[in-house]
Amino acid sequence: MSMFTINGKTHTFNGDAETPLLWYLRDIAGMTGTKFGCGLALCGACTVHVDGSATRACQTRMGGIEGRAITTIEGLSPDGMHPVQVAWRELNVAQCGYCQGGQIMQAASLLKEKPNPSDADINAAMSGNICRCGTYPRIRAAIRRAAGRA
Amino acid sequence: MRPHQLVSNVSRRAVVLGLAAGSFALSVRAGGPAIAQAKSFGADAMPGGIKDDPRIFVSIAEDGTVTLLCNRAEMGQGVRTSWAMVVADELEADLARINVVQAPGDQARYGNQNTDGSRSMRHHFMPLRRIGAAARHMLEEEAAARWRVPISEVAAENHAVLHRASGRRLEFGALARGASARAVPARDALALKAPEQFRYIGRAGIALVDSRGITTGTATYGIDARLEGMAFAVIARPPVYGGKAKSVDTAAALRVPGVLKIVPIDGAALPSAFQPLGGIAVIAENTFAAIKGRENLKIEWDNGANGSYDSAQFRAAMEVAAEKPGKVVRDNGNVAAALAGAARRIEATYYIPHLAQAPMEPPTATARVTRDGCEMWCSVQNPEAIRTDLAKRFNLPAEKVNVNTLLLGGGFGRKSKPDFASEAAILSHAMDGRPVKLTFTREDDIHHSFFHTASVERLEAGLDQRGRPVAWLHRTVAPTIGSIFAPNARNEGAFELAMGAVDMPFAIPNVRVENPEAEAHTRIGWFRSVSNIPHAFAVQSFAAELAAAASRDPKDYLLELIGPDRLIDAAAMSDGWLYGEDPKLYPFDTGRLRQVIEKAAAEAGWGRRLPERHGLGIAAHRSFVSYTAVVVEAAVDADGSLRIPRVDIAFDCGAVVNPDRVRAQLEGAVVQGVSLATLGEISFKAGQVEQSNFHDYEVTRIDAAPAEIRTHLLNMGGFDKPLGGVGEPGLPPVAPALVNAIHAACGKRIRVLPIRQQLRG
Repeated sequence: MSMFTINGKTHTFNGDAETPLLWYLRDIAGMTGTKFGCGLALCGACTVHVDGSATRACQTRMGGIEGRAITTIEGLSPDGMHPVQVAWRELNVAQCGYCQGGQIMQAASLLKEKPNPSDADINAAMSGNICRCGTYPRIRAAIRRAAGRA
Repeated sequence: MRPHQLVSNVSRRAVVLGLAAGSFALSVRAGGPAIAQAKSFGADAMPGGIKDDPRIFVSIAEDGTVTLLCNRAEMGQGVRTSWAMVVADELEADLARINVVQAPGDQARYGNQNTDGSRSMRHHFMPLRRIGAAARHMLEEEAAARWRVPISEVAAENHAVLHRASGRRLEFGALARGASARAVPARDALALKAPEQFRYIGRAGIALVDSRGITTGTATYGIDARLEGMAFAVIARPPVYGGKAKSVDTAAALRVPGVLKIVPIDGAALPSAFQPLGGIAVIAENTFAAIKGRENLKIEWDNGANGSYDSAQFRAAMEVAAEKPGKVVRDNGNVAAALAGAARRIEATYYIPHLAQAPMEPPTATARVTRDGCEMWCSVQNPEAIRTDLAKRFNLPAEKVNVNTLLLGGGFGRKSKPDFASEAAILSHAMDGRPVKLTFTREDDIHHSFFHTASVERLEAGLDQRGRPVAWLHRTVAPTIGSIFAPNARNEGAFELAMGAVDMPFAIPNVRVENPEAEAHTRIGWFRSVSNIPHAFAVQSFAAELAAAASRDPKDYLLELIGPDRLIDAAAMSDGWLYGEDPKLYPFDTGRLRQVIEKAAAEAGWGRRLPERHGLGIAAHRSFVSYTAVVVEAAVDADGSLRIPRVDIAFDCGAVVNPDRVRAQLEGAVVQGVSLATLGEISFKAGQVEQSNFHDYEVTRIDAAPAEIRTHLLNMGGFDKPLGGVGEPGLPPVAPALVNAIHAACGKRIRVLPIRQQLRG
């Protein structure tokens, strides 16, 4: 049995060790903020933080989850006021919004590492996160806006 | 507190563990004046027509909360926000106190719900204004009656009704119960606001109603529905359209922990419309177990008649077809004679492959089918289509089929086909009523889309001595969407031809458009902007090629092709469709096309000095009765790598209701246009799609997106004029503007999409 935390709460798991964290979150824990987009770490819709680092939940196996601290979009901030979330709302970044949880988790991780990222830093950090609606210009602008506040 | 409804007999059932969507169990007959008038165009020609009775859509609680039922699916176009803006404005409500709830599928009650064709605001702007104004009138009447003053002395203002003379004031919440018993005013008695009184309509910077949910992970999409005790399923579908399973060995799959049941599904006979493709379903305790179970199925497929489909060979066959005459779909003057007499003849052939919509949320639906009825939670563009399907499939009266539309994680046309929802219902039925969530993996989505048509467009023009065109011959060859409904449909439908092929506005005396046949070998379906994509790509690329042949500036030449400002009747272009709109209200206004071209060119600094290996390209197109022009700045480095420093897009959809969302749609259209132009291709070998996920069906990522996208809106204030569409018309001119810019940057003419590595050779 594995023991780990999600957004500060202790969880246990003793099922199929191959189960991706993504499907544990969505189907077993009932936390649907983390989205399924590709299943192969190609799109970033399932991005969560594992011990503080942006990670694709679809490629994180439950077999290796023991002792990890998982943060999902639901737990990024207790009141939804993380500077990245605020900037996203101020600029109406979302269109359909489906990928935006993953985008926000990736952007929050970027700003933690690089509080004032260059355009090249933004491209490098965010190019694993696909947005089919094409919100990239606003994602860039929102990251710049959140920079310094994060 | 229980809201007092302007609608009576409303019961709201919460989805277990999911979004509390309004679920209207009992039908209320609209008792007011007969509002829908018989017309054969626009909104009134849509199935179900338009409803504008406020009692259907608006309820007000005693605490003043206004609940608005949104009757169109939200898939990123911002319709839930824009609808709230319009109703709040005419109602004099505070937008912050409007709670938008998604209407369940019920076309008879709510009017047309098919979120498609860039129609949601174009068709509903005036009905929404009437809904808001009628509810405001009922509140004012109630207040006037309570105060025993003439209604002319009271006025609603920011969520309350005021009597100025006495300074009395009553909040909407205090008036709601009494107002709900009042008669709905007649349509012609409504006093709509003058545009200068608008507080939300046309205003920039309105926050999205779903923004908080989206940014905190609590917004509920179709894939997020959760029902007590539900099972999870995936389906192994025939890899070839029309194929079926010959033999299945389920033993290993059934041994996978968590797998509950294997269910064969019959595929519909071809053409299969929106019906499931059939296959072998694996139902399990969670999606991963279902996927793993499916990997352990051993299936032998009979590929059927489409097992030899090869898209490269098909392209070659379409190119041959384009060299020969085809069905004449527009004929003005005498093209043959004019071509024969021309000083020069120019021809070019263009190709765009199949595409998959690939919305980030793949098709997914959750169903519970019992003897008592069917409940469905899904992200579909047209809930009525699945409701009708389920009623027929399970022999249920429509009122026993509840379809709840949750947020769509993108649609782009894929979710106008509810095959996945039918599959979920079939599986819940097979599980004796246990709820089942059916998920398309990304591989399923790429393999079993309703694909954008592949097309060959051959253009030929005759130029006079001065390089002006005297003849225009366009042969368009593409499998039709009609092929999923009718056997042997081999010609483009009127609606496809009128997406940029026949409705070509150039002032050329001799014009002929032909449509040689093409047979479909896969499921063809709507993709955002549909046939406008190949038609605009060809026509607008060719316009630039003619300019080059005539040694003219492409923008000046394009304006000369369009000619003097005039209104062209659809019939004069053999356009028998015009997006379903009234030709009298929506003539092709070449002045508006010219204006967007001039605006885009001016804003882009057309003619400005550019760095080495940079070029500007322009393209313009009318679609969905809106006008768009795009100027792309492309940079092609010496090694052939492409960058897009900047795109200017000018847009005229008539009055702009929600400028922020119109700009967002244009920004997204530019990115999606760049994506399909540079990377987009679905190919077939032996009847099967060769791509499977985002590594080989690539889409544009942030690092390759244009560095800057500047949106320019024209005619923003013309609220007295008919509105144009917004969701789709931004897309068609992007690809041709890009290839025209590439030509200007490096001299290479791209006629085949995607561009991919073509600049490196």
